[in-house]
Amino acid sequence: MKLSKSWVIAAKDFRTFRKKRNVISSLIVVPLIVAILIPLVISFAGHRNGQNGIPATELLTLLPAFAFFYVMIAAYIPTPIASYTIIGEKVEKSLEPLLATPTTDGEILLGKGIAAFLPSLAAVLGGSALFMAVMDLVTRSKIGYYYFPNWNTAAVMFLLAPLAILFSVELNVIVSSRVSDVRTSQQLGALTVLPFAALYVSGELNLVDLGSLSNLLIIAGVLLVVDILLFFVSRATFRREEILTKWK
Amino acid sequence: MIEAINLTKRFGNLTAVDGISFQVDEGEVFGLLGPNGAGKTTTVRMLCCLISKSGGEARIAGYEVGKDPDSLEIRRLIGLVPDNVGLYDDLSAYDNLDFYGKLYECTEEKRKANIQRLLTMLGLWEKKDVLVGTFSKGMKQKLAIARALVHDPKVLFMDEPTANLDPESSKTVRDFILDLKKEKRTIFLNTHNLDEAQRICDRIGILNIKLVAVGTPQDLERSLSGRKTVITLKEASKEVLAALKQLPLEDITVDGNTLTIGVSNPEEQNAAIMEAIVKAGGQVISVNITSSSLEDVYLKLVRRTDS
Repeated sequence: MKLSKSWVIAAKDFRTFRKKRNVISSLIVVPLIVAILIPLVISFAGHRNGQNGIPATELLTLLPAFAFFYVMIAAYIPTPIASYTIIGEKVEKSLEPLLATPTTDGEILLGKGIAAFLPSLAAVLGGSALFMAVMDLVTRSKIGYYYFPNWNTAAVMFLLAPLAILFSVELNVIVSSRVSDVRTSQQLGALTVLPFAALYVSGELNLVDLGSLSNLLIIAGVLLVVDILLFFVSRATFRREEILTKWK
Repeated sequence: MIEAINLTKRFGNLTAVDGISFQVDEGEVFGLLGPNGAGKTTTVRMLCCLISKSGGEARIAGYEVGKDPDSLEIRRLIGLVPDNVGLYDDLSAYDNLDFYGKLYECTEEKRKANIQRLLTMLGLWEKKDVLVGTFSKGMKQKLAIARALVHDPKVLFMDEPTANLDPESSKTVRDFILDLKKEKRTIFLNTHNLDEAQRICDRIGILNIKLVAVGTPQDLERSLSGRKTVITLKEASKEVLAALKQLPLEDITVDGNTLTIGVSNPEEQNAAIMEAIVKAGGQVISVNITSSSLEDVYLKLVRRTDS
């Protein structure tokens, strides 16, 4: 498998996405809204009846869970782009000439994966950096120090978020290989956020401590194993013959 | 260069291509003629290693179709113009070709030179930076041909390259294929355009799930109906017709004073025909030898296999 060929495919997809307004907006809007909205809510919450906002002790339990919110975003954000990479080729009927080149299925899938992974990662990291900066500005006066960044958020942003993106990309590739229109693919693909939403809710209900670094590392380990398994499943799902003879 | 032995493709219970065998020599233009659903696209897809074969063997330049390491080699030395152009509308003409050049691992220098040469030959160089989405069907088809040639392949597969094109664009594409023929490239052309096949191809195979005939256009014209001698007489008298009926001729049709006589070997039979006419008192005004057209042959063969 030649990485250079995968990179050629990814680079082509980057150029194509640049002209797709819906793909670009899906990458920017959600992380941006979350980065601004959550700190705003924190800033204005708890000021009724002369209260002085959310107490520092509560903030220290809320902030790690909010950071985990970016794992959910990481799982959601690649859906439009990953659906488009495969279904877009299907719609433009450009897969046949692509498959006729001396490129292996693995190289094509890796290229499509990179094309969906890198912009999503950039969007999540950019959004989370903004979120942490704004949140620090809003919460410093209460807790007396800048909460972000810390080791937990580093694990969330640099370990869990990339693994969640990979999980989403692989599941979306599998879904895209089975359905024939972008909308259905995106709707099914968006379900990838569910396991992470369940974890987030578990954190809020104190069933899982998302503020614990060791817990985050365990979640990352499980996700890594799932991602490796999904890679093989996505390769097995991508069948040239079916693509050419059954996709309409 | 291309060899198929008993090549078969089944989709479940449906046989799409049934045990076809043929050979295409290096530098030859081979046309596969057949109606819709005859298995032309399936045959090309099997040969281009895009779909698996259900039976038989096929080789391209000695590499075996369907064998894993060989399949990559085959795809390296072929170019494919599929029935759907499948270009990237959001990329320019140049970027479309450059992308494929990179996948074929052409050097930057070779890519630049080939893209400029091909786009110039096809009259698209001025539009190289224009998004393909704005191109007409004819321009897209020409660009798809350029894409298939960007890596200088030894074998070019073309699946109905002039289908849905206006007459002018069809002519440009046909002329370009004739230019490629001069370059001694091996070309495998799928078409249902008889005129195109006759003008371009060195040999033609008629496919209707099974390969029902293979030969040069001239051989095919002669093969079934044979040739005909058309004689115009001053008067087609009863004596002349009676004299001709004595000869071992295939069939005689009379239209006024013109006789159309089916002959298997006009070079030998026409002398006896003339002698019989003259002896019966007939006066010959003109004699012509005609063949049945490729269209006659094609329709006859396809109808025969359909029934």
